[in-house]
Amino acid sequence: MLELRNISYEVEDEQASREILKDVNLTIRDHFVAITGPNGGGKSTLAKIIAGILMPTSGQILLDGEDITNFGITERAKAGISYAFQQPVHFKGLTVKDLVSLAAGRAMTVPEICEILSEVGLCAKEYIDREINSSLSGGELKRIEIAMITARSARLSIFDEPEAGIDLWSFNSLIHVFEKMRKEINGMILIISHQERILNIADRIVLIADGVVSAEGTREEIMPKLLNTEGTCSALTDKAK
Amino acid sequence: MDKIEKNLLEQVAGLHEIPAGAYNIRSNGKMSGRNVTANIDIITKEDKQGIDIKIKPGTKKESVHIPVILSESGYQEMVYNDFYIGEDCDVTIIAGCGIHNCGVDTSKHAGIHTFYVGKNAKVRYVEKHYGEGDGNGERIMNPMTVVHLEENARLEMETTQIKGIDSTNRITKGDLKAGACLEVYEKIMTHGKQYARTEFEVDLDGENCSANVISRSVARDASCQEFFSKINGNAACAGHSECDAIIMDQANVTASPQLTANHVEAGLIHEAAIGKIAGEQLIKLMTLGLTEQEAEAQIISGFLK
Repeated sequence: MLELRNISYEVEDEQASREILKDVNLTIRDHFVAITGPNGGGKSTLAKIIAGILMPTSGQILLDGEDITNFGITERAKAGISYAFQQPVHFKGLTVKDLVSLAAGRAMTVPEICEILSEVGLCAKEYIDREINSSLSGGELKRIEIAMITARSARLSIFDEPEAGIDLWSFNSLIHVFEKMRKEINGMILIISHQERILNIADRIVLIADGVVSAEGTREEIMPKLLNTEGTCSALTDKAK
Repeated sequence: MDKIEKNLLEQVAGLHEIPAGAYNIRSNGKMSGRNVTANIDIITKEDKQGIDIKIKPGTKKESVHIPVILSESGYQEMVYNDFYIGEDCDVTIIAGCGIHNCGVDTSKHAGIHTFYVGKNAKVRYVEKHYGEGDGNGERIMNPMTVVHLEENARLEMETTQIKGIDSTNRITKGDLKAGACLEVYEKIMTHGKQYARTEFEVDLDGENCSANVISRSVARDASCQEFFSKINGNAACAGHSECDAIIMDQANVTASPQLTANHVEAGLIHEAAIGKIAGEQLIKLMTLGLTEQEAEAQIISGFLK
């Protein structure tokens, strides 16, 4: 279980300070939770705060009852938090095999890596020795990013907009990855997304707008609100119209 | 051969024992082993220090090892090695120099390797430079490589200096005839107060010849690196050079590429980038459970792989 207690995050602008997150209280105990809401509403900031990349201005974070508020990125990772970046990072010289092995925390055999890559729709033969650089497409990088999370099989896996920056065709096949993950992964999955198909497989949906949790509930409770509330999630409202 | 010498040999030539094929091992200025084959001859020069390596035309899948080791503190030498590679050969040449200096005097190895590569021949040339020893004596290495490529000849050079050389001035020169191809991959890491200077100069003289020079380096502590490259396109040709450096601590790095086109069909490109390790890269690896130091080490070893 992940508990966020009174989490606030402020940034100093040139003139004044601006609150990105305002006293957020959220408890995640379900298996597959989706966070959605308008761009700039604070979703990615919240994910980074959970992963330890940003430190909250105030508030407390507990993972399975343990206070991890003062843990750094490495300590959070070791405590069981995994984080897939919205924009995967390039590494000159490091290969898919290197990164998946680092994620798993041990040397992986070729069949093991093959198993993980095939889960995200990549052929190991073609990708295992590829460098994580700009020769890979956005969709390929996303899949590798997701493969790293699968390799870690952590207590809590966070995905920040897995659909961002990839074409629709790639996304359609990625949906199956998440559907499968939902069935097979033990632990909690927290996924930031605007995609209706992702929200449709969530046990619980959290709506974040203007730095606050503006709604939270089951898919049945939240989905109608999303579709009917103007300015909450443009991808969904456009579709509804 | 003692333990120190054996270790140097392993570091620079990957040799655990006597290599198969032709070899010449030079230890503190003296020949400590040589083997020639039916196709590869090695002859000691009479007018100066060094050897001539003659490879018969058509020799395929053979290799020559010519490691040099210096383990006497204060030993200094200048060596000339000339390689005559016949037409249609396909061979691998593994050179390299290791210095162990546990004394206070400066140990220095300077060498000029000149390659005459015949028509349609293919050569892979691997060179490693390595230094060790806990004395205050400096370890200096100044290698120069000169490559003459005949029509459709190809030379691929991999040069590595990862550890222990206090000062180096590396010069590589080449001239290429029609259809010839020169590929150079350089990897350098400097630390402490080390200094490394690299200079490439390539004349693309023949039609459809090409050169590709790729340098990757890491400069740590207060070390200093300079990279100079000159590519002269004198015909319809393709030239590309790339200098990519990671800078850390108080190091400094200069990259100074120069391209000259003397022909309208010469296509020349240079890419240079110097920068610290991207914060995003460190963060990504830390989210996988690595400490910042472990993440840094992974990024560097991947970059120089």
